[in-house]
Amino acid sequence: MGSHYDFGRFGSERLSFSPRQADLLMVMGTIAKKMSPVLKQVYLQMAEPRWVMAVGACASSGGIFDTYSVLQGIDEIIPVDVYVPGCPPRPEAILDGFGKIQELVRNESSRRRNSDQYREMLASYGIE
Amino acid sequence: MNQPVYTDNDPQNELVTLNLGPTHPATHGVFQNVIQLDGERIVSGVSTIGYIHRAFEKIAEHRPFYQITPLTDRLNYCSSPINNMGWHMTVEKLLNIKMPKRVDYLRVIIMELARISDHIICNTIIAQDTGATTTFLYLFQFREHIYEIYEEICGARLTTNIGRIGGFERDFNEIAFAKINKFLKEFPVALREFESLLNRNRIFIDRTAKVAAVSAEQALDYGWTGPLLRSAGVDYDVRVSDPYSSYEDFDFEVPVGTSGDIYDRYLVRNEEMWQSVRLIEQALEKLKHEPAGIFHADVPEFYLPAKEEVYNNMEALIYHFKIVMGEIDAPKAEVYHSVEGGNGELGFYLINDGGRTPYRLHFRRPSFINYQMFAPMSKGMLLSDAIINMSSMNIIAGELDA
Amino acid sequence: MAEVTNQELIQQLTEKFGEKIVGINEPYGLLTFETTKDVIINVLAFLKQNTLASFNFLTDITAVHYPEKKHGIAVVYHLHSMVNKIRIRVKVFIDEHHPEIPTATTLWNAANWMERETYDLFGVKFEGHPDLRRILNMDELGVHPMLKQYPLEDPNRVDKKDEYFGR
Repeated sequence: MGSHYDFGRFGSERLSFSPRQADLLMVMGTIAKKMSPVLKQVYLQMAEPRWVMAVGACASSGGIFDTYSVLQGIDEIIPVDVYVPGCPPRPEAILDGFGKIQELVRNESSRRRNSDQYREMLASYGIE
Repeated sequence: MNQPVYTDNDPQNELVTLNLGPTHPATHGVFQNVIQLDGERIVSGVSTIGYIHRAFEKIAEHRPFYQITPLTDRLNYCSSPINNMGWHMTVEKLLNIKMPKRVDYLRVIIMELARISDHIICNTIIAQDTGATTTFLYLFQFREHIYEIYEEICGARLTTNIGRIGGFERDFNEIAFAKINKFLKEFPVALREFESLLNRNRIFIDRTAKVAAVSAEQALDYGWTGPLLRSAGVDYDVRVSDPYSSYEDFDFEVPVGTSGDIYDRYLVRNEEMWQSVRLIEQALEKLKHEPAGIFHADVPEFYLPAKEEVYNNMEALIYHFKIVMGEIDAPKAEVYHSVEGGNGELGFYLINDGGRTPYRLHFRRPSFINYQMFAPMSKGMLLSDAIINMSSMNIIAGELDA
Repeated sequence: MAEVTNQELIQQLTEKFGEKIVGINEPYGLLTFETTKDVIINVLAFLKQNTLASFNFLTDITAVHYPEKKHGIAVVYHLHSMVNKIRIRVKVFIDEHHPEIPTATTLWNAANWMERETYDLFGVKFEGHPDLRRILNMDELGVHPMLKQYPLEDPNRVDKKDEYFGR
């Protein structure tokens, strides 16, 4: 995001070039079915704790592309923490979504990722 | 100390397979290239695309004409107004609507702004990939200024959905004109500085000149259009050869390169930004001689009426109903219309059979056709050159896959 | 160069190919004609090396599906003569059940991906194409989705109940 809206002032300016070093996966734009195994692979490569943000209508629900080739929301294949609405979302919306992620990170119990509930949730996506 | 192990299979002779993409940080967009490398030289490559295929052409067969504009936004999302206008003009050609001059000039302004924002991205990304981060951050703020102008005109920033079939949805307001004037004052200064940072920059020239050179014959054979074809020395520009939206009234030049290498592509795009600035200035000048307040053609049966009209006027209500239900009387015909998009000739092939929706709509997407040369031309190239070659082709994934 | 009229082009084409050139018309000034698949490559080559106006640039290849016609798939070629600034459209109607047509990659390399796209979306088999694979869709997709009989939406959807959509 450009300097105009300055994402960095909320403490988010460590771009990571490998999913293994990342905490947050921001999925932006349409995910076609051809892309979905790749997306899942990226998610699996991330280390716990990890968060996912679905940015925009297409990533959240398929948006206007209700077609044979588009995944109808990335939550069909990976768990999502925050959905950002809009097609495309305003920069402010993305900033707000990011704030929500930070709130989750701040308030999450350190035992959550070890709970049975969490493991069941991952198992429902076919993730060990 | 361990002695090195010598075997019959010298590892120097082995090829390395590198999977570049679809989520690789060096590819600006979702496309995959599986590359065979001998050291740093590329031996062969296979491109895979379709990772963001959304079936636009199938959707278009299920939507009335006015609902297809949002789809065109999402083709080349770096210059969506050009796509919007291209689609409006295609339908206007089908319906035989003649635009008032003022609307044409307003369209020229918005299209040239879009071209500048498209070329800003491409050229700064070339610089970024050769290691010059400053220019990227410096010129990128002007893309933000262009987005602010869009916001003033239509409310959106990226996927603009500007205009309607038959004109614009509203007139440009005072603030929009003020912002355009401000942009015209500030942008040339920054562009001049951008050029002075790169044009004679030893490192930049070493990285780009004579890299990925393409001859004019090759470029034509592979169907290249736009800045890429012009950098190879063919002066083909849809704005000149097939003028639309009153481009014939304007005085501008079509920059042409000689060798088709990355440096020429960069120079051609830079010069096109200067020409776009000239075009916007001329359009603003011409607007002064046009009657104010006209922002759409007088075609009530095709142009979506204002909401106050719909609530208070019987005829407007009828037309509104007919347009929204897709019941306009369009001729049963087929039409091809093309505009000069950011990357080349953006064509719309529309077949109408009199139904509510197009019978068939095909987009000639320049990114798709330009990109197919990438793998063949990468053979023998250094990997780092192939990366800047890809950024200089300005492949936009949305347009690539439709 | 001198202006070339569509009339002159038609005359030249009919002299050369006679009966094979049919359905000539000019919607919005763009010369359109139909031909058959056995001469299509000769027609395209003739247009490319034309003496009047050399259509040396292949703008686009696509297809259209007309389920009710006898020959249900039209393969449409758009050519462009950059020197004379004219375009031409060539159509070939082929059988829907055996959609086969010779490839144009012998004339233009640009035809490669255009034909792959047409194959992917319509199932038109371009004979002699060097690498005829799907390009946009997944290989597992069993159908050619742009044919009119296939729906827009994913037929496997379970979360979208017809009753809520008045179907």
